[in-house]
Amino acid sequence: MSSTRSTQLESVFAARKITKVYHMGEVDVHALRGVDLDLYRGEFVVLLGPSGSGKSTLLNILGGLDTPTAGSVHYLDNELTNFDDAELTRYRRDHVGFVFQFYNLIPSLTARENVALITEIASNPMSPSDALAMVDLGDREDHFPAQLSGGEQQRVAIARAVAKQPDVLLCDEPTGALDVETGVLVLDAIQKINRNLGTTTAVITHNAVIAEMADRVIHLSGGEITSVDKNSQVCEASELTW
Amino acid sequence: MSSLDRKTLRDLWHMKGQALAIAMVIGCGIALFVLSRSLLYSLTLTQTTYYQRHHFADIFASLVRAPDSLGERIAEIPGVERLETRIVVSVNLTVEGLPEPAMGRVVSLPDTRKPALNQLFLRQGRWLRPRRDDEVLVSEAFTLANNLQVGDSLLAVINGRQKRLHIVGIALSPEYIYEIKPGDILPDNRHFGVLWMNQEALSIAYNLEGAFNDVAISLLRGASSTEVIQRLDELIKPYGGLGSYARKDQSSHMFVDNEIEQNRQMGLIMPSVFLGVAAFLLNVVLSRIINLQREQIAALKAFGYSRWEVGGHYMKLVLLIVACGLSFGIPCGAWFGQVVTEMYAKLFHFPTFTYRLTYDVVLIAALISIAAAALGALGAIMRAVTLPPAEAMRPEPPTSYGPTVLERLRLGHFVPPVVSMILRQLERHPIKTSLSVLAISLAAAIIVVGNFMEDSVDYIIDAQFRLVQRYDMSIVTADLRSDRAIYEVASMPGVMYCEPTRAVSTRMRAGPRHRRVGIQGVQADSKLYGLMDIDGNTISLPPDGLLVSRKLADILEVEVGETIQVEVLEGKRPTIQVKIAGTLQDFTGLSAYMNLEALGRMMRESPVVNGVHMMVDPLMQDELYGELRTVPWVSGVTVKQHAIDSFETTVGENMMLMKRINLLFACVIAVGVVYNSARISLSERSRELATLRVIGFTKGEISAILLGELAIITLLAIPLGLWFGYLLAGMLVSVLDLEMFRFPLVVERTTFGMAAAIVMLSSLVSGLIVRRRLDQLDLIAVLKSRE
Repeated sequence: MSSTRSTQLESVFAARKITKVYHMGEVDVHALRGVDLDLYRGEFVVLLGPSGSGKSTLLNILGGLDTPTAGSVHYLDNELTNFDDAELTRYRRDHVGFVFQFYNLIPSLTARENVALITEIASNPMSPSDALAMVDLGDREDHFPAQLSGGEQQRVAIARAVAKQPDVLLCDEPTGALDVETGVLVLDAIQKINRNLGTTTAVITHNAVIAEMADRVIHLSGGEITSVDKNSQVCEASELTW
Repeated sequence: MSSLDRKTLRDLWHMKGQALAIAMVIGCGIALFVLSRSLLYSLTLTQTTYYQRHHFADIFASLVRAPDSLGERIAEIPGVERLETRIVVSVNLTVEGLPEPAMGRVVSLPDTRKPALNQLFLRQGRWLRPRRDDEVLVSEAFTLANNLQVGDSLLAVINGRQKRLHIVGIALSPEYIYEIKPGDILPDNRHFGVLWMNQEALSIAYNLEGAFNDVAISLLRGASSTEVIQRLDELIKPYGGLGSYARKDQSSHMFVDNEIEQNRQMGLIMPSVFLGVAAFLLNVVLSRIINLQREQIAALKAFGYSRWEVGGHYMKLVLLIVACGLSFGIPCGAWFGQVVTEMYAKLFHFPTFTYRLTYDVVLIAALISIAAAALGALGAIMRAVTLPPAEAMRPEPPTSYGPTVLERLRLGHFVPPVVSMILRQLERHPIKTSLSVLAISLAAAIIVVGNFMEDSVDYIIDAQFRLVQRYDMSIVTADLRSDRAIYEVASMPGVMYCEPTRAVSTRMRAGPRHRRVGIQGVQADSKLYGLMDIDGNTISLPPDGLLVSRKLADILEVEVGETIQVEVLEGKRPTIQVKIAGTLQDFTGLSAYMNLEALGRMMRESPVVNGVHMMVDPLMQDELYGELRTVPWVSGVTVKQHAIDSFETTVGENMMLMKRINLLFACVIAVGVVYNSARISLSERSRELATLRVIGFTKGEISAILLGELAIITLLAIPLGLWFGYLLAGMLVSVLDLEMFRFPLVVERTTFGMAAAIVMLSSLVSGLIVRRRLDQLDLIAVLKSRE
């Protein structure tokens, strides 16, 4: 597989002028201030920015977990901003895979069951075992989260996210709670998914090093996109270090 | 099984202690519900079937003597379906093996046909042969109590002459399901029995040939019993009619109905309390779980589980707990049902009394427990349902802490830091703290309620047998006697002191309200009969006017000082306005008392008596019995000790059983609530406590923080619980304020003490269990976990 890829120009997400205001008691917090953003099919995007820059909010809105205060978000031909709760649920169920900073595994379910939790409701899933094999955890299927290391837990979370064969994979600080070595393993798993399955992938991070493995890097600050960089050379996850 | 369901099961297993505690509380509520509902059903069904098959009459009347032709006129009253005229008399009985005389109620049976009404069920032996005057059928209760068999015989004083009666059969009658001596409240089957004899023989013995002194009537469907009673009263009045009454006032029926009503009330109140507590516990526990699983909920939603699937997931958890409660409560209730049925079989005499647990009772039990649990859990589950996934990703904001009341009062530095932490915790979560206090207090309240009935009954027994009935023995005469009879009694062997009494049958009216009540005439300064006012103080009989049961005054809606109309149903049958001079505290039936002389004036009669109360030398009791047997005008003898004994063997036993059941259940609630509170406290604070351990606090010190909190909550809850218990007992007393039985609101200190002790003990045990968990706290694991 080549290390550079041409960006296909079919837009998966098109966000226009999205703003998000949180009312925290007496103060209004502007998490997003009129963001325009497009994500293209199959690309690997890193959203880079410091804490409070609005990147999680943006990701949540793209993933249908949250709705913007103003602006519109299109997913393919659908306007997400017009979706009601049931439609958003359907959208998340059919199209989106999430990976969270703190894994959010169900502690009372084994690795395989955590993955099965999703494959059971997805329309075209792979088998939980295959998904776990993809993240090199085929031999730990029957372990409970408490019996797995942080990196392993995060890889279970990735297996869980990709087992439904989502159209987009949204990762919120997937290595935030991990050391470098394990972080690299996790990023490698994400990169593989992106390449092998062609899943449009967006990773949020405040770690600039991770940006090197992206096709495009979107910089956020203060709720606005400050710049968008295209990487001419995409780094292998395994080459990263921080 | 889907992974989500697997999660449900594992979550349930993880919280098994708490879930079990809640399931037990639900189970107890359901057991009590199933118990009372199934008994209610079984009792009602048995009663109805028995009444129908054996043609239990709708209206009853007694009179002195009427010719048979009156029967034909009674039959012509519109609405009358069937009618049976008969002879009913009281006789003194001598039973082999029974030193004291017994009282028999002899009811005539037509010689040549089955009676039209109140047909008997023959348990053993055969029916009476026509024209035999020495054969009797005897009630089952009496034969059982006295060990009598078919073929045995009894000696009866029939109209003054001793006669040997042969028992040819053992029978049951729908009229005597609860077989008690007229005027008594508790059965004494050894000393009171019903006998059935051929009408012809009885009529000859009592000079009632071609006449009758008792009538039973059944009504056509839709006929008005009030109208028939009115017409019947007019017809029997010239023949010494004692006032007719409907089935609802027939004593056996009233007792059975009273039991049904008590079951109905108990089936509502106690299960409601239990299910209410269970709902509350579910709310607390589920809220906690949902808070702990915020991020799991977020993940589920993020991956496309709908809000209702998430809600359904937690609802399943609740339903599993309910199912667990039902699986324990329904068989438990059915088992208790069997036990209580056996108890009923001793108390009520039905041909067959089968306990039946119907599907609808089970179904309703399931539905109400699900409804209660769902209602309790709903708030918590709705929080899970509505939790926005993006928000759920973020941990809950920390609670804001500030200075406590103590600190605001500048007393903070007098308090050690550990105490200060406990106080802050309690004060910062006022709602949680008060709910915990409330839940534990309910446990104490239930123990008070479960136990106070015994206090109440003890009080009744003490009041009834020590304060009110101060005599040892009483006799009733077959007819009115001159007050000189008292001298005759006084001179009998062993009689140390005696007083005359006079009972008069009346119907009391106030506006449209009326009741048949006997007025008991008591000597002005009676030493053998004490009367108590509402507050339990002994009061003396006023020279004029009536002292009536408080319940009677309530029913007639009259106040002290007002007058009521009294229709005397015997003698010259005057109808007079009489003033209510006061109300009495009594616990069974309705009664009215009057000064003996005033009663005589009212009756316009010379001094007469129809009863005597006596103090008796216990050593000469048997001699006295022998003497009384030979006195033809004595139709009944009551020995107070027998009433007490009979109470202790029947009702006392039953009360103890019910008390044990209640107490057991109350303990379940106490442990359930306290244990749950302690577990939740532990789960909420394990991180904080682990942190304290890491920075150098000892196990003892952190235990003190957690257990100190529990101790304070328990100590706050106990007085509140005792007060709640008192209120709840008051509520129970007011719903059980029935015409037949009433319970005084008496809660002994021992009951309060026991409630407090059980709650403290439960608290201690729960504390120790939690303490053990605290000792095993995995510091690293707790601190690594995010919550």
